[in-house]
Amino acid sequence: MIGWLLAAPALAVLALAFVWPMAGLFRISLNRTTETGAMEAAVTTDSYARLVGDDFTRELVLNTLTLAASSAAIAVALALPIALLVRGASPRWRGLLALAAVAPLLVSGTARLVGWMAILGDQGMINALLTGMGISTGPLALINNWTGVRIGLVESLMPYAVLVLLAGLGRLDPKLEEAAATLGANRARTFLRVTLPLAAPALLAAWLLTLVLGISAFITPRLMGGGRVFVLATEIYDLALETVDWPGAAALAMLLLGGLLALMILRGVVAAFFPGNRAEKTP
Amino acid sequence: MKPSWMLRLCAAVGFAILLLPGVLVLIVSFSAGEFLTFPPPGLSFRWYAALLSNAQLMTALGTSAILAAIVATVSLLLGAPAAYAIARLEFRGRGVLAAMLAAPLLLPTLVLGLGLLLVLQPLGLAATWPGLVLGHCLVAIPFAVRIMTTAFAAVPKELEAAAWTLGATPFRAAVRITLPNAAPGAIAAAVLTFLVSFDETVISLFLVGPRLSTLPVEMFRYAERTADPLIAALAMTLIAFALLMVVLVERLIGFTRAIGRD
Repeated sequence: MIGWLLAAPALAVLALAFVWPMAGLFRISLNRTTETGAMEAAVTTDSYARLVGDDFTRELVLNTLTLAASSAAIAVALALPIALLVRGASPRWRGLLALAAVAPLLVSGTARLVGWMAILGDQGMINALLTGMGISTGPLALINNWTGVRIGLVESLMPYAVLVLLAGLGRLDPKLEEAAATLGANRARTFLRVTLPLAAPALLAAWLLTLVLGISAFITPRLMGGGRVFVLATEIYDLALETVDWPGAAALAMLLLGGLLALMILRGVVAAFFPGNRAEKTP
Repeated sequence: MKPSWMLRLCAAVGFAILLLPGVLVLIVSFSAGEFLTFPPPGLSFRWYAALLSNAQLMTALGTSAILAAIVATVSLLLGAPAAYAIARLEFRGRGVLAAMLAAPLLLPTLVLGLGLLLVLQPLGLAATWPGLVLGHCLVAIPFAVRIMTTAFAAVPKELEAAAWTLGATPFRAAVRITLPNAAPGAIAAAVLTFLVSFDETVISLFLVGPRLSTLPVEMFRYAERTADPLIAALAMTLIAFALLMVVLVERLIGFTRAIGRD
């Protein structure tokens, strides 16, 4: 009882800042947008019907899923060697390497994207290298398109993937890999037949988490897409602040939440199916 | 087993991707040119000077610093008692309470920001200080609770029990014994919640107005319009500040433990 009392102030603020806005979001998604664009109080599923019947919405959903699924997969693939290296490093190096891998999380997303603009832009590093080596004559379009968005998103998802993999791989007994090596398996075979199958639950967990984060990413598609890349998040923002169609924005946000909820349930099922992934800590 | 050269190479590629943007921001921020050209046509401090004399960005910097200080204070004051309850007390629904206090982090900030706009705007609270503080506390309190829970749990229970034996009330024991021992965690929580608020972009985008805007929002809008070395100078300043904070937190409690998800 005293526990709930101690937490009451924090809960009160979260109710004010979380429960109330989410209830408001749902309520407004049932309002009607009149032909003049004004909002009218109502209880109707007009906004949902408008979105579901719209080809553009379907394109947005497909865009978003393709972008997030591929970026999450690449991020996990790039994070795996980092996590394996950190796991095998001496205690002295382990902390430093892990820190270098997750430090980007605390650096503002916009600041890192400015760095990517300097790397991928028409006068950026990669194009300077390519022209300097005589490989290409004109600048390669690496930014203000899906390529740029995907690269930026992969980088922003990698630290999360590293964190999930480190938690999962920490419970993987290195003796099994040593045993494989003792029994004559070479490194590639040990990796493919022992490490990778054992890491599979952690890889899946990392992919699902980064998928969820990728689906709701806004800043990266907006800045790296240069206004030419459209995903659910950018559309919700535009509907709310540019078109000022609140019921439309709220309904699309509710649809996004529904999709994310389904994915979170899937994550729970996966975690329950592979109990090894969150088993009690090995000594 | 020692890592193979293949693993080292693959990991090096990963680290390069993670760290290269920061390196490029550093180089380009000292450019003497007009655009984000690499290599820069020359080196200068002109864009840092231009940044300092940009009134709009400097006003936003002041707003963000004050806002982050308020948010860090509020979320620590509200989060610490809740964290103490979760870490120290036995009561029904403790797990539920912990889950409720972490719930906002599960949802996209875009949806949280939109929800806040829709309910605050009709009350005239959008683009006001209370609105921004509320929006930022939404993401800062869960962080404060998580870090403080770890910090309180790390203080041996026996210390408090000893204080009770010596006649201290439970309240006095908590405030005089456990709280000072959890101080490094509290400082880390303050630093991280400050950064969470100082860097928060998406929720703020919905809650700012022409007369009250934060630095990340102004930076985002600037980068949306133009990419010049001025924005790189600002990005570099923010990266340096964040790294300083990371080192500080690492010294205090270990950074990966503080932000670890599982």
